[in-house]
Amino acid sequence: MKQALITDMHANREAFEAVLEHADAQGATQYAFLGDYVGYGADPDWVVDQVREFVAQGAVAVMGNHDAAVVQGAGSGMREDARAAVEWTRTRLRPEQLDFLAKLPMHQQRGDCLYVHANAFDPGGWEYILGRSEAVRSLQSTRQRLTFCGHMHEPMLFHLSGTGKAGDFAPVAGVPIPLLSNRQWLAIPGSVGQPRDGNPAAAYAMLDLASAELTFHRVPYNIEGAAQRIREAGLPDRLAARLFEGE
Amino acid sequence: MQEPAGQATEPTVQDKHGPLEAGQVIDQFRLEERLHQGGMANLWRVTRLDGIEPELPLLMKVPRIKGGEDPATIVGFEVEQMLMPRLSGPHVPRFVARGDWTRQAYVVMERVPGDSLRPRLDHAPLPLDEVVDIGIKVATALHDLHRQHVVHLDVKPSNIMFRASGEAVLVDFGLSRHDHLPDLLEEEFSLPMGTGPYMSPEQVQFVRNDPRSDLFALGVMLYHLSTGERPFGQPSSVAGLRRRLYIEPVPPRALRPELPPWWQEVVLRCLEVKPERRYQSAAQLALDLQNPGEIKLTARANKLQTSGLMKRLRRWFVALGAEPPTQQSCTEQVARSPIILAAVDVQGATPGLLAKLSETVRRVLEIEPGARLACVSVMKTARIGMDELTDEQGRSHHVKQLVALKHWVRPVSQALKLEDGRLTFHVLEAPDPATALIEFAAKMGVDHIIMGARDNSVLRRYLGSVSARVVAESDCSVTVVREMGKRAG
Repeated sequence: MKQALITDMHANREAFEAVLEHADAQGATQYAFLGDYVGYGADPDWVVDQVREFVAQGAVAVMGNHDAAVVQGAGSGMREDARAAVEWTRTRLRPEQLDFLAKLPMHQQRGDCLYVHANAFDPGGWEYILGRSEAVRSLQSTRQRLTFCGHMHEPMLFHLSGTGKAGDFAPVAGVPIPLLSNRQWLAIPGSVGQPRDGNPAAAYAMLDLASAELTFHRVPYNIEGAAQRIREAGLPDRLAARLFEGE
Repeated sequence: MQEPAGQATEPTVQDKHGPLEAGQVIDQFRLEERLHQGGMANLWRVTRLDGIEPELPLLMKVPRIKGGEDPATIVGFEVEQMLMPRLSGPHVPRFVARGDWTRQAYVVMERVPGDSLRPRLDHAPLPLDEVVDIGIKVATALHDLHRQHVVHLDVKPSNIMFRASGEAVLVDFGLSRHDHLPDLLEEEFSLPMGTGPYMSPEQVQFVRNDPRSDLFALGVMLYHLSTGERPFGQPSSVAGLRRRLYIEPVPPRALRPELPPWWQEVVLRCLEVKPERRYQSAAQLALDLQNPGEIKLTARANKLQTSGLMKRLRRWFVALGAEPPTQQSCTEQVARSPIILAAVDVQGATPGLLAKLSETVRRVLEIEPGARLACVSVMKTARIGMDELTDEQGRSHHVKQLVALKHWVRPVSQALKLEDGRLTFHVLEAPDPATALIEFAAKMGVDHIIMGARDNSVLRRYLGSVSARVVAESDCSVTVVREMGKRAG
């Protein structure tokens, strides 16, 4: 059984579609969505409907800071581009879509997995896992062995041994990594709709639940199409331009 | 979420289940006999109860966990559990299964019969032919491992076995590093990791991703097997380990004068302090060991004593502030040190094709400064019985081909300054040139064959295309060069 870990689609329909197709071809039977379904991109309604449909069929989904901002209003911490996208997004969603976002849980647990958008120590504070120290703090705040986060747009894998030694690793796409049961792991699949590690291809990860192997993937998608939709929607041009750079 | 922080996953202590005993069943394996009790792990002969591949002999490795926490054992074992499923081919034991830490940690793998190389060490010095043969086999195995993105980092006789078919098999990956997997050992220990006598200078400085570290360890082994002495003794302290950064080993020929200069050249090159002065890939070392007559001898080959006091002091002083060399990955190092084979039909090809071939080779080498070039021509011999040539005529034929090959490569060699031992020449004698080239390339670990295509369509029709067969049957990349406009219908 394989679970696709998909996060930070940011209303990028082209990227999300490509990832869903890839995950399906890889044999995904379960799905977990780690937040930030909207913001930046031009297709929030389509993306939210997809997530709603998966959730209706039993998928995991948690709330991201952009989803919260669309429902509650953008906080003071948000940059201007993001804020503009949040305001625009709110006008594009139907009441039942806004209601779906408003009712998303901050975190979910299944088996020995924890799914949360930002971190386990203060999910609603939206602090980033920038490196080992935040990762260790998060891992020490949960009993779950495996934590899956979004929020950071660069794919990353952290681990913490029983003796308290932590390590980090920048994953290589397509190589399965056994998440050995002797330690805790925190995986960040990377962003589907706004990759920012210099590689513009959409990022996600696949967890093989039987073998506990995690594989990070990169999926090329129609960036021109997604950028054109952003420009047509009248959103800030920078949000379109950065898709090509993956930065 | 605000649960108390806690150790979610304490290392499972084996004692919880009591000691393992013969007859016991773990998952689908039955323990038959304990083969070895080591400091870090016990080895059991096991049989598989689910009927899958009953003919494959199996070995179960179980970590020995002494009184609770023992990071070295646990992490080393985790590394093997992580890495072994990613390895394949004849030079590693085939991975079969791994056991979860929450119940019973283990790795089940193919059991390679026989002893390790360790007992042969007690008989050193061994005959040179045997040591060279060991060197070729181990270097070939290491290159295969390096191509799979792994640096072994604990190459020594007890970690080397041989299949009945002759191939060396590398075992024990507890200290290894895989470029594409998290390095669990990176943060774990504050002391250099490895086995004292074999550890490379950069390993002493905590570098864990240079495949040339394995060539240093192999050099230590070849030195020991051929002289009966350890080049750097058996240090037990970090200071003792660091001595190899500035103290040179006694040249092998000072201990055993009957060893040939080329052998000393090879061994001392493996033992260079700076990785960039060693062989740049295990395949390049294997190539030299298989062609001793082609080895370019330097000052290393003939020195009979270590450097003088002043030079040693200077090296010591430099070593004091030595920073480990710049980090790079195993994958990059292997990629930048290819062996390129130029197959040159010095007698059959037209001057135009020969020129085109030499130009193509020059361009490829220009962008591959770490590459070695093997120039090969094939002397066709009769399929059945003795060739009509007498021995003497045969020899003169051979020499003529060699002369022609050297002449052909001269412009390339001069333009790129290849005289520094990056160039070798081989005249193969075989009835079938395509088969000879394919086999030679496989044996020498060639990465890329560059060859010309016969331009005469009549000849090609009668003799078949050599290049087409090489392209179809070789394991490596093949570039076929054609003289434009000569492909008559």
